[in-house]
Amino acid sequence: MSSDILNSNGVPTLKVESTGAALTPGQLIWRRFRKHKIALVGGIGIVILLIFIIIGSLLIPLEKANYVDLSARLSSPSSIHWLGTDSTGRDGFSRIVYGGQISLIIGFLAVVISVSFGTVMGGVAAYYGGWVDGILMRFTEAMLSIPSLFLLIVLGKLLGRDIQTINVFGLSFSGSVGIVIIVIGLTSWMYLARIVRANVLSLKEMDYIAAAKSLGASNSRIFFNHLVPNTMGIIIVSATLGLAGAILSEAYVSFLGLGVQPPTASWGNMLTSAQSFIQRGAWWMWVFPSMFIVFTILCINLLGDGLRDALDPRSARHM
Amino acid sequence: MWSYIARRAIQALFTLLIITIVCFILTRLSADPLAQYATNPNMSTADRAALRERLGLNQPLPVQYFKWLGLAVQGELGKSFFSKQPVSLMIGQRLPLTLILMVTAEIVTLVVALLLGIISAVKQYSFLDTLITTFSFVGYSMPIFFIALGLILIFAVKFKAMGWPYLPTGADIWDPKDPGQLVRHMILPVSALVIIGTANYSRFIRSSILEVLGMDYVRTARAKGLTERAVLYKHALRNAALPLVTIIGLDIPYLLGGALVTESVFAWPGMGRLFWEYAQRGDFPVVNGVLLIVSAAVVLFTIITDVVYTIVDPRIRLS
Repeated sequence: MSSDILNSNGVPTLKVESTGAALTPGQLIWRRFRKHKIALVGGIGIVILLIFIIIGSLLIPLEKANYVDLSARLSSPSSIHWLGTDSTGRDGFSRIVYGGQISLIIGFLAVVISVSFGTVMGGVAAYYGGWVDGILMRFTEAMLSIPSLFLLIVLGKLLGRDIQTINVFGLSFSGSVGIVIIVIGLTSWMYLARIVRANVLSLKEMDYIAAAKSLGASNSRIFFNHLVPNTMGIIIVSATLGLAGAILSEAYVSFLGLGVQPPTASWGNMLTSAQSFIQRGAWWMWVFPSMFIVFTILCINLLGDGLRDALDPRSARHM
Repeated sequence: MWSYIARRAIQALFTLLIITIVCFILTRLSADPLAQYATNPNMSTADRAALRERLGLNQPLPVQYFKWLGLAVQGELGKSFFSKQPVSLMIGQRLPLTLILMVTAEIVTLVVALLLGIISAVKQYSFLDTLITTFSFVGYSMPIFFIALGLILIFAVKFKAMGWPYLPTGADIWDPKDPGQLVRHMILPVSALVIIGTANYSRFIRSSILEVLGMDYVRTARAKGLTERAVLYKHALRNAALPLVTIIGLDIPYLLGGALVTESVFAWPGMGRLFWEYAQRGDFPVVNGVLLIVSAAVVLFTIITDVVYTIVDPRIRLS
């Protein structure tokens, strides 16, 4: 059954693999992914990071991350404060742990929004065609033409203007986290929409779709057995690379002071105050959050590249 | 050819129209432009209402939009609420400084990236290639403020502490009209932009050259007995430069918008910082003006790049 799907995809099956027992698509993907050593390193890096954050947040109470100790302000890394303290004496290590939690949650949820939105936009445009396609694609193009950081800032200002009121009524800072998620999600769906549209359009013209139709396959069978599996790879790759982009975007908006509001820590807003205190030589405020951002994004990008080679049967790099 | 350009131009006009709507709604609603007067004791609520009426801020949004659009089409972008200056004048003052910074950075980036990309591709899998590829992968995963703050820490703060000649942090007051000061203040932001930019471009140039080197005509050229130099410079580079033209063409309009984060970290008085300062104040004529100019440039250069590409690449024939 599984080999049927592969052959009907029109994929030139690898000779070596086709001589043995039939492999499921999942096995084939895993086989290609495993060959990609660097991607594996990226994956392991992400797992280590997740374990670090989960264990860290179990061992360190949130109060410690937000605890202000003015007598210990701007102290360099020591046995008490492993990664130093910030300008109000909050412990750098605890804030890295909780900031990581926030940054990853924001990245993940923002990708969920942008992938759903992008897939629906691209899918609807390709499916209906005509003027619907025209309008949706012009809108996508317009959003792509506005520089993304500018768009992030303006949308962040628009959605974040009532954030103070939320704070006043004691609903605390969670408001800013939600806004950052929505803002990043709504400004990063455009590329995926275009890719999904192009993919669905080209799939519609494929011979194997025509073959499936002439064999009497129902619309739902064509949709679920052919269109979905063939678009899924692209969506997964795009979501993975999008996660790196979303975490980076969070860092940018929070760095500019528009994103997650203190006392809630995020890797981005930890760097905001580093900007003013680096003049006084507070290097630890800069180096540790930055290292975690770079490590995370690097690992996700490596993983995403590996996934692209593994999931995209047309990519020649795995040969 | 001309019908292709005409079709693209009509599409672009639609895109631009949508851009103006998106930008207007986002910027107009993102903040109250009169908020700066709310704390002014010399201004009563009635005064503010009167001012609001005089500025037309109480009219329905579509009416405000069409009024703004009517003026914008004539090149009239309105006046800033904060500085009371015409937006076009403010942009005119900032644009030269942004272009000095961005064009310098772009040229240096291209030279360095070409060099690294060529070395990397020609000596594929060598130690040097691994080094360059690693650098570009790490750089690609790095927020620019990481580099920017690091450069400040090393070359401004630490050098000064050591008593060595140091570079300004951007926190000082300086006169952009003095060439000596201009160059001194340019070194760090240009370096930050070049490091991040090179990481992106060199990755691309490497894969572009590698792809061309695998082509049949390169094998033919080698079989003819051409030197490796001639193969590289006469055949490979020229063809590898084609996709590079597209990338550069699509990047040019973004030079206008400046580098928002870099400009604010180094206090560079360019377009990005203009946008950021006035976005924080909710001064929508300025924010809208910057957004419109940069986005329109993006749309325009997308068409120019596509047209140039069809002329430069003989393989593309428009039917």
